[in-house]
Amino acid sequence: MKEKLLAIEAALDSEIALVADNEGIEALRVKYLGKKGELTAILRSMGSLSAEERPVMGKLVNEVRASIEAKIGAKKEILAQEGLAKKLLDEAIDVTAPASIRTLGSRHPIAAVTEELENIFIGMGFDVADGPEVEYDYYNFEALNTPEGHPARDAQDTFYINSKVLLRSQTSTVQVRTMEKQKPPIRIISPGRVYRSDAVDATHSPMFHQMEGLVVDKGITMGDLKGTLELFAKTLFGEDTRIRFRPHHFPFTEPSAEVDISCFMCGGKGCSLCKKEGWIEILGAGMVHPNVLRGCGIDPEEYSGFAFGMGIERIVMKKYGITDMRLLYENDVRFLKQFN
Amino acid sequence: MKLSFNWLKDFMDTSVIEDPKGYCDLLTDTGSKVEGFEIAGDEIENVVVGRLVKCEKHPDADKLTVCLVDDGEEELRQIVTGATNMKEGDLVAVAKAPAKLPGGIVIKSGKLRGVESHGMFCSIGELDLTTHDVPYAIEDGLLIIQEDCKPGDDVRDVYMLRDTVIEFEITSNRQDCFSVIGLARESAVSYNTAFKLEEPVVKGCGGDVNDYVSVEVLDEKLCPRYCARAVKNVKIEPSPLWLRSRLRAMGVRPINNLVDITNYVMLEYGQPMHAFDRDFLEDAKIVVRCAEEGETIVTLDEQERKLTSKDLLICDGKKAVGIAGVMGGLNSEITDSTKTVIFESANFDGVSVRLTAKSVGLRTEASGRFEKGLDPNNCIAAINRACQLVELLGAGEVVDGVIDIYPNKKEQVRIPFRPKRINEFLGTDIAEETMVDILKRLWIELKDGELLIPSWRTDLVCFADIAEEIARIYGYNKIASTSFCVSARIGKRSPFHCFKNKLHALCTANGLTEIETYSFISEKLYEMLNLPEEQRKSVVISNPLGEDTKIMRTTALGSMLETLVRNQAHRNESAALYEMARIYIPNEDPMTLPEEKTSLVVGFYGDGDFYTLKGICESIAQKTVGFGDGAKKSYEIVAVKDDPSFHPGRTAALVKDERVLMTLGEIHPAVMKSFGLDKRTYAAVIDVEALFEAEKKDVVYKDIGKFPAVTRDLAFVCPETVTVGELEKLIIKYAGKNLESLRVFDIYRGEQVGAGNKSIAFKLVLRSPEKTFTDVESDKIITKVKGGLERELGITIRS
Repeated sequence: MKEKLLAIEAALDSEIALVADNEGIEALRVKYLGKKGELTAILRSMGSLSAEERPVMGKLVNEVRASIEAKIGAKKEILAQEGLAKKLLDEAIDVTAPASIRTLGSRHPIAAVTEELENIFIGMGFDVADGPEVEYDYYNFEALNTPEGHPARDAQDTFYINSKVLLRSQTSTVQVRTMEKQKPPIRIISPGRVYRSDAVDATHSPMFHQMEGLVVDKGITMGDLKGTLELFAKTLFGEDTRIRFRPHHFPFTEPSAEVDISCFMCGGKGCSLCKKEGWIEILGAGMVHPNVLRGCGIDPEEYSGFAFGMGIERIVMKKYGITDMRLLYENDVRFLKQFN
Repeated sequence: MKLSFNWLKDFMDTSVIEDPKGYCDLLTDTGSKVEGFEIAGDEIENVVVGRLVKCEKHPDADKLTVCLVDDGEEELRQIVTGATNMKEGDLVAVAKAPAKLPGGIVIKSGKLRGVESHGMFCSIGELDLTTHDVPYAIEDGLLIIQEDCKPGDDVRDVYMLRDTVIEFEITSNRQDCFSVIGLARESAVSYNTAFKLEEPVVKGCGGDVNDYVSVEVLDEKLCPRYCARAVKNVKIEPSPLWLRSRLRAMGVRPINNLVDITNYVMLEYGQPMHAFDRDFLEDAKIVVRCAEEGETIVTLDEQERKLTSKDLLICDGKKAVGIAGVMGGLNSEITDSTKTVIFESANFDGVSVRLTAKSVGLRTEASGRFEKGLDPNNCIAAINRACQLVELLGAGEVVDGVIDIYPNKKEQVRIPFRPKRINEFLGTDIAEETMVDILKRLWIELKDGELLIPSWRTDLVCFADIAEEIARIYGYNKIASTSFCVSARIGKRSPFHCFKNKLHALCTANGLTEIETYSFISEKLYEMLNLPEEQRKSVVISNPLGEDTKIMRTTALGSMLETLVRNQAHRNESAALYEMARIYIPNEDPMTLPEEKTSLVVGFYGDGDFYTLKGICESIAQKTVGFGDGAKKSYEIVAVKDDPSFHPGRTAALVKDERVLMTLGEIHPAVMKSFGLDKRTYAAVIDVEALFEAEKKDVVYKDIGKFPAVTRDLAFVCPETVTVGELEKLIIKYAGKNLESLRVFDIYRGEQVGAGNKSIAFKLVLRSPEKTFTDVESDKIITKVKGGLERELGITIRS
């Protein structure tokens, strides 16, 4: 009987080696371990053994059974692994084949830069204010210390609707609208569209965007104006950016300045972007004129303030190296998709 | 405004100026912005005076002459020329090879018909001069030099062509700087050096100006001051070279001595001058008055100008002889036969001159200066300077006496000096003495705590102006940058602004790219859009650039379609765009402001169809007005058949609470045609304010339930006329509150369902908040739905 048992195990060994799939291994399990299997048959025949032989043989049968179970189990594991490996191989795809991309859209570069500018000033505690584009002459000129007949009116060829209503030529209109509604402390910026009667060419457009800034409080100084704009310039163009103030004239600020930043391409050494100047003019600024404050019911003896304004197209064009402003309003998708 | 360094030398020691670049930077820093500078004469090199020693015919060419010229060097120079207007002994301009001429021309040695030629003789044109600069020269021949010079002298010195010319951009408040004297003052202040200006002295020849002319000013407001002087025995001839060269450097064309003197004084003093031929002044009288309505005058440029009663005229006893401050009349022009001249040096109201110049369409050097508001106290010095020049040039004899009508003398402006406040305002710590010193350099005197402002500084009226004067001379860039101290606060955008930013994010996530188009459009766009008449009423620009930018748009759809057409024309395969546009809805009263609304316009072609557009719109709606309650959406989609810009069978409105939030659809074929769109184009117009109002603002969490959902599919066969929307409404009605979601997953048309029919398959997700649905319970709901549909629409269930 012992020989029989050993022969069974040996037969299994040779048969298991030939098995290639799950069905084959299942058939072997039935053949050797099943109810009608060979091992079961031997166990059944144990009744004919003597009382001394029975436990010895019983132990041996159990040992063989365990061994066969382990072998079948091991083979199953191998087959499962082989099967997975084959499945993975069969399922391989060409990962370089085209994707089904859901192309996302993008913001217009003017809008993207505007938002960037807003974020900088919001970080400094400025609110974002808005005002009408079709505006009263009063807010565009009169209240900004530019009465009828003032020569500065000529510098900005304005579109008029009628004698009282015009298309605002500057976002400075929002200064007055804000000061009329709100008492100091005031800290606002106001981006938006402005209009001037300039024929379209590479650097002019009858409609463009500006961003105005206004701070009014007790004890505001020209040094504060410089500090604010310096912080702004460093945030937008990099830590190494320097600013330069040049005296200028705006009717609604006094003192007034034009503000240059050191060229962010060459750092001020002079290059094609800054036309060898080393500086790029980006904004106009100044201390709010006492007449403007007074006109809004703010006592210039008690309060002072500064204001600044910048052309957004100019910043966009310098930032992205765009040399023709018309591209910004043509809206060709090949142009627009370059901006993230 | 240009400034010649040669001229500047009359008023300050220019040796302190190390180089033009440094000058430009310094003046820019102190407030006179420099646009650029030019070294005049730089283009000419190696061109000298030569005396023709010998002129002989070329042996092999009839039209050429071989000349030997003494150019100041030891050996005579041989030059072959084609010119014929010279003779031996003449002085000519010799370009000695290698030489440089204006326009980058280089003259080299060479052979002409076998004879060596070591240079060229120049004409005035080749030296970039005209007969205005050299009156005795001819245009088409050699320049025969008549100046006092010798062979070898540089022609640039002979004709005073060497100069440095600075181009300034003067701001409108500094009328005083539109003059050599004004800029010289600024230069001297900037270099902290002496400024020299002498009162002009006129010798006079006796007589009395009042015997030559009388002046009457009828409008003192528009003409605060009028000065006149007379010059007799006038000799009209070219001005001397030095004067011509200065005018030339400043960009003014020399004409004759009298005209040149008026221009010279205008440039030097900033005071426009006029000269009348007295023989043409009837009654020997000048009357300053406003024009009669419709009165006309022919100005110096031979144009007839029609005037209104607001325009100020200079008249004689009978007629108009000039438009005040703008241009003189042709009838009293200085001519070669003029014998007696009346000089005018007057002050006119700036606003009036500006409006007149604008209304007659004539902006001149004079009007450009007057409209900035000139200093009336400058008139006398200017007219005396003109007379001084007359005497200097020997152009005539100046009659004694000045007519000066100046009834209301300008009062001196006084501004309290507040050094502490200035420091507080600027954020500086400038010593009081430094301030006083700066102001003194600017001719501003401190007296009894008040600053006395010189009359030419019409821009200085208040405290802030003084602060600027001190700051600009002290140096803007020396002011330390500081951070202002106010209580900490959070900057923010308005809720509507934030909402628009959310829409931007939704649009870009939907694959749309933002565009920016002009707010003004052509009226034609309305026609092309077939827009209803009531939506065409627009804000109209009274002075537009052109028809294409004439009206403020009431819809941004036209701009979108134009953009799409442009992209199609550029052969871009597809484009999916949006614009957050402002539209302008006019008021009944045009003197009030229109309503400015925000319209979000979506448009695309090439990739997608109506349902793509609907998907975009619904996703935007879901993220703003919300998904809704269970299967019931928070908004409705209804067919729109009557929007004339859109396809009547392929357009819908997204509606909430009976308010249309969006109109979306395929563009009407007729509209496509008028725009030239050849690919099917889809667009949506979204009312952003309405969407903002309908936005679901306060979100409160609703329990998501812990029991599993049951999914059931239902397919109906129904006539084509039945819409998905109708079916959905009924399913929602009959399925009750436990219908969590409802979705169409197939629409089938074919033989199996019969012609004119379609089969629509829905997936229903049922979930109860209280328990897990059993099959029986689910079937009960489905049966209810089926029954309801059969009853209400008479349609049968396919599976």
